[in-house]
Amino acid sequence: MKIAIASGKGGTGKTFVSTNLFRAFKDLGYSTLLVDADVECPNTLLFFELKKVDDTIIKEYRPIIHPDKCLYCDLCADYCEYNAIFYIPELKQIKLLPNLCHGCKACSVACQYGAIEDSDTQIGVVSTFIDKSKNMFFEGRLKEGSVSTVPVIKSTILQASKQLSEIILIDSPPGTSCPFIQTSIRTDFILLVTEPTPYGLSDLRQAILTLDTMNKNYGVIINRAGLGDMSLYDYLSDNNIPILGEIPFSKEIARIYTQGNLVYDCMEDMNLLFKELTKKIINYGNSLS
Amino acid sequence: MEIAFLSGKGGTGKSSICSAFISLANNVVAVDSDVDAANLYLIFSANNITQTNYISGKNAIINTDKCIKCGLCKTLCQFDAINIIEGDYQIDPISCDGCAICYRKCPREAIDMVHSDESKLYVGGFKYGLLIYGRLAPGEENSGKFISVIRDLAHKKAKEKSIDKIIIDGPPGIGCPFMSTITGVDKVVIVTEASKSAFLDLKRALEVAREYLKQIYVILNKYDLNNEVSNEIQLYCDKLNIPIVAKIPFDKEIVYAMVNKQTIIEYNKDSIIVGILKEAYEYIINK
Repeated sequence: MKIAIASGKGGTGKTFVSTNLFRAFKDLGYSTLLVDADVECPNTLLFFELKKVDDTIIKEYRPIIHPDKCLYCDLCADYCEYNAIFYIPELKQIKLLPNLCHGCKACSVACQYGAIEDSDTQIGVVSTFIDKSKNMFFEGRLKEGSVSTVPVIKSTILQASKQLSEIILIDSPPGTSCPFIQTSIRTDFILLVTEPTPYGLSDLRQAILTLDTMNKNYGVIINRAGLGDMSLYDYLSDNNIPILGEIPFSKEIARIYTQGNLVYDCMEDMNLLFKELTKKIINYGNSLS
Repeated sequence: MEIAFLSGKGGTGKSSICSAFISLANNVVAVDSDVDAANLYLIFSANNITQTNYISGKNAIINTDKCIKCGLCKTLCQFDAINIIEGDYQIDPISCDGCAICYRKCPREAIDMVHSDESKLYVGGFKYGLLIYGRLAPGEENSGKFISVIRDLAHKKAKEKSIDKIIIDGPPGIGCPFMSTITGVDKVVIVTEASKSAFLDLKRALEVAREYLKQIYVILNKYDLNNEVSNEIQLYCDKLNIPIVAKIPFDKEIVYAMVNKQTIIEYNKDSIIVGILKEAYEYIINK
């Protein structure tokens, strides 16, 4: 079963939930993989002592334009839907604006004069790690300055999915657009982590709207319960959305987290809470099959 | 002067701090460029809002009646968006990037490009000036381009109204929306917090931002959550010569202010945080 831990709003505790949930699934005897698909800001694996065993470079198509072969016919610039070809025929100027290029290869299909050479560029890397007990972890990492978030996410999930594992936990990127969608669509269940504040609710709503249009199954975990107001609870009950767990607001939890430790190992009530959560998710998974 | 607030890691307090700066700036064009999770409008209720549809992109659709199943579109597509479902070629709208190569090359003209214009752009007045924000329709892409459209509009409006300050509440992450937000701004403020994960993301955000501009400032929020990490962040910024313009203690009042739909400055003007923020604001504006 592939589970995405996602949120809409950033900083609601996705990584906190993923890391502790991973430990809980392992404790209950499930083969479990932890995947960090927040490729713009990966930091899930900070919480474990790991050894890197593999780096796979992720590449994307980028054309190389040869001005000496170009007849300035205009077709490649016309084909490019992203305005990534800077083109002034009067000055015999043509070049690629790499940050606008989506790697669709349309320019290469367009050019009849061999002025566009097919090539690729590194956009990120997917790393595989193991811990002392040979558990596997995956992390996708967007190259600094690259904007091709989605292809790196796809490759990360693809690579992890090659492993046989009962549970694959995917720590997702924040937001509700492409990176969130491309992660969610590749999973069986989405665990949405939110907080009871106006910001948390507003972004959760947007995430749920998106998941509904995709016909995806999801449940909600409320983090920092007790901190904000009741509007989140009203919204969830009005829409019959299940609350799978509530993590109380506590400075102690925050402190343990900032030190890079897991509350599952340090706090008894949190240990119980995460074990309960795994059971709810497994029951849900069984109800599907 | 255009100032963007970013963070790398989400949830460091970017919007709360940014909204406080907006209330200090007064007479300002406030922009929310976190188009898939916009929040500023919750704090600043705008009036006389005008709403326009934004064409976020195009998607290809196959007309199965005309399709001769030659498979050329599937070969050309770089986004794995074309699948054969029950014998028919179909395009998955979520994977489709709108590059139109299938549309251009289909030998039977069986493919159409359709615009998606469900995304909305909002402009309204509010007590400190003008508020501009976008809302990407569920499932829409191209947020980077949307952000540049929003920022162009902000520039135009600022000029029209002779407002000299634009303050942007940016998105989390360091990818396309981040790049779109920092391109061409005068100053960037990165809001981080004292946690190992936020520090890691701060490093990545700084690495990208430093390629593009010089005036970068850091605000260290919740610095007392972990003094050790706070010190590491301080040392790191010192080394790069990037000023930490404010160290803000962890304080529930920031959340209470948000729940009350106020900035921290409106919520409790005597809070020590307000003093710290005012000093930081002066520093960023003047240096």
